[in-house]
Amino acid sequence: MRRLRDWWANPWGKPRFLVVVTWAYIVWSIAPVLIAVLFSFNKGRSRSVWQGFSTRWYWSDPTQSVLHDPTLRGALEQSIKLATFDMLIAVPLGVALAIGLTRWRGYGSRPVNLLMLFPLVTPEIVMAVSLLLVFVTLYHIQLGTTAQTLGQVTFSISYVVLIVRGRLLSIGREYEEAANDLGASPFAAIRLVLMPLLAPAILASFIVVFALSIDDFVVTDYLSSDASTQTVPIRIYSSVRGTTTPALNALASLMMVTTLLAITAALLLYRRLSARERRPEQAAAVGDIATLEV
Amino acid sequence: MYRRWFWSLFALPGAVWLVLFFLIPFYAVLAVAFGTLDPIFQGPVPIWNPLHWSGSTMASVLHQLKPGQVFWIVFVRTFVYVALSLAGCLAIGYPVAYYLARHARRLKTVLLVLLIIPFWVSYLMRMLAWIGLLLPDGLVNRSLIDLHIIQHQYGWLDGQASSVVVALTYGYVPYLILPLYATLDRIEPHLLEAGRDLGASPVSTFLHVTLPLSRQGILAGSVLIALPMFGDYYTNDVISGSPRTSMIGNQINLFFQGGPQRTVGASLVVVLSLLLAVLMSYYLYSVARASRLVAV
Repeated sequence: MRRLRDWWANPWGKPRFLVVVTWAYIVWSIAPVLIAVLFSFNKGRSRSVWQGFSTRWYWSDPTQSVLHDPTLRGALEQSIKLATFDMLIAVPLGVALAIGLTRWRGYGSRPVNLLMLFPLVTPEIVMAVSLLLVFVTLYHIQLGTTAQTLGQVTFSISYVVLIVRGRLLSIGREYEEAANDLGASPFAAIRLVLMPLLAPAILASFIVVFALSIDDFVVTDYLSSDASTQTVPIRIYSSVRGTTTPALNALASLMMVTTLLAITAALLLYRRLSARERRPEQAAAVGDIATLEV
Repeated sequence: MYRRWFWSLFALPGAVWLVLFFLIPFYAVLAVAFGTLDPIFQGPVPIWNPLHWSGSTMASVLHQLKPGQVFWIVFVRTFVYVALSLAGCLAIGYPVAYYLARHARRLKTVLLVLLIIPFWVSYLMRMLAWIGLLLPDGLVNRSLIDLHIIQHQYGWLDGQASSVVVALTYGYVPYLILPLYATLDRIEPHLLEAGRDLGASPVSTFLHVTLPLSRQGILAGSVLIALPMFGDYYTNDVISGSPRTSMIGNQINLFFQGGPQRTVGASLVVVLSLLLAVLMSYYLYSVARASRLVAV
């Protein structure tokens, strides 16, 4: 106890206060999640009292486990399905928009630039309500997977643009101009020169869009039709306050592990793609990805 | 070589998408807010021509926004919760970001990874984790009883304002730390050394050099997390679920789940957007400025 007090009071050592706050914060932010994962292996029905280890809520229980309860498994499938659609549509649209916005100098480029930034700062409920109203009153689009995909793509595009545009600005135009001088057509220059240079940014966009889609609750919930289009976050929201079993924890844990694995794989690939480049730039890009994901 | 319109072709699909699914939908909210109700089914009937807009719903919403009325109370509560959570986020986030930028040295990569992990864990999964701990027989109550701080199980999830504020803080701190870190990391160490050489104490170097230089980051980061907090209803719903703690987001959500009141909900969305427009334009302005700096 005395030594602890001396350590704390020593003014010449490292900044004690900051060390303590930082580590306390890290424990506070991560420990609850680990405990929730632990309770997904609980033998009993409680989500707060430990009753022994089992894999019952993952697959052993014949009716209530994630594997055998169709609503739980369906939520997982819907989450992955929407994330796939979102990536397939938002990344190409965003990459093209980023290229267009950095190279295009004419009327209209400034308003489009501004329009692209707005989804980043609009509270999700405002976006969700407006999409719901426009689908119901004007576009007559059925709520469900299609509507959910349209909504998710809308808020994902801007993130792709920001990531890709950062990369485009650091590449400059010289490579394309060199290709043109050597006789490449504009499209060939883009395909053969620009695309390989943009590969790391495009991969980063895929990761971010995947994570955005998996994590999204508000827009996806407003545009869902019935139980069959529920995703994992919707499922957690709608049953977390009731008397649910640790199967909910198991579902959330599976989702988390899937996301972390996908991101780790993508980051490894990212390092290979940008292996020949200077390191600080790489670190900065990883930082960018993290900062963007809000 | 390149025609003038060549590059605008690339921007076209994305731009059309944003007009169709961002701009026009927002206009639909206005059309519903200033629209009428179907006399038989009570569903909202949007009025697309602004010349024919009916202001009756908006007028009644604005009336309820007067001091002491229903929506006024909800708006004030929302501002108080957001302000408290923001203060909590800064109190935790600033020291952590400062430590990471100034003192972490070799631990920097490890710490960065640990600080980024919450980003990749779904928000509702993190809320689920807290609810497990806060249940009547959860770890929090059991520890507090074992430590003889409380005698009986406390209902953390029964509509406690404090639980909501703490949950919001927990939910949004990660998004504040990284922008703060980015700002603090960019401050030149020479400036701090200069401050010390000129005879300033560590505290006054911090107050007169570090703090002013990180002001921009503090403001931008705060706006970045305050905006989604203003529209947040799910944190409140899962942690409290009681009308005693309901925020503006809960109020809007309520009108949209109930059907006939959608005009009122849409009007509230318009009011909320106008209030937040100030914050949004500040953030867009600072983003535009930052990207201009990068471009130079």
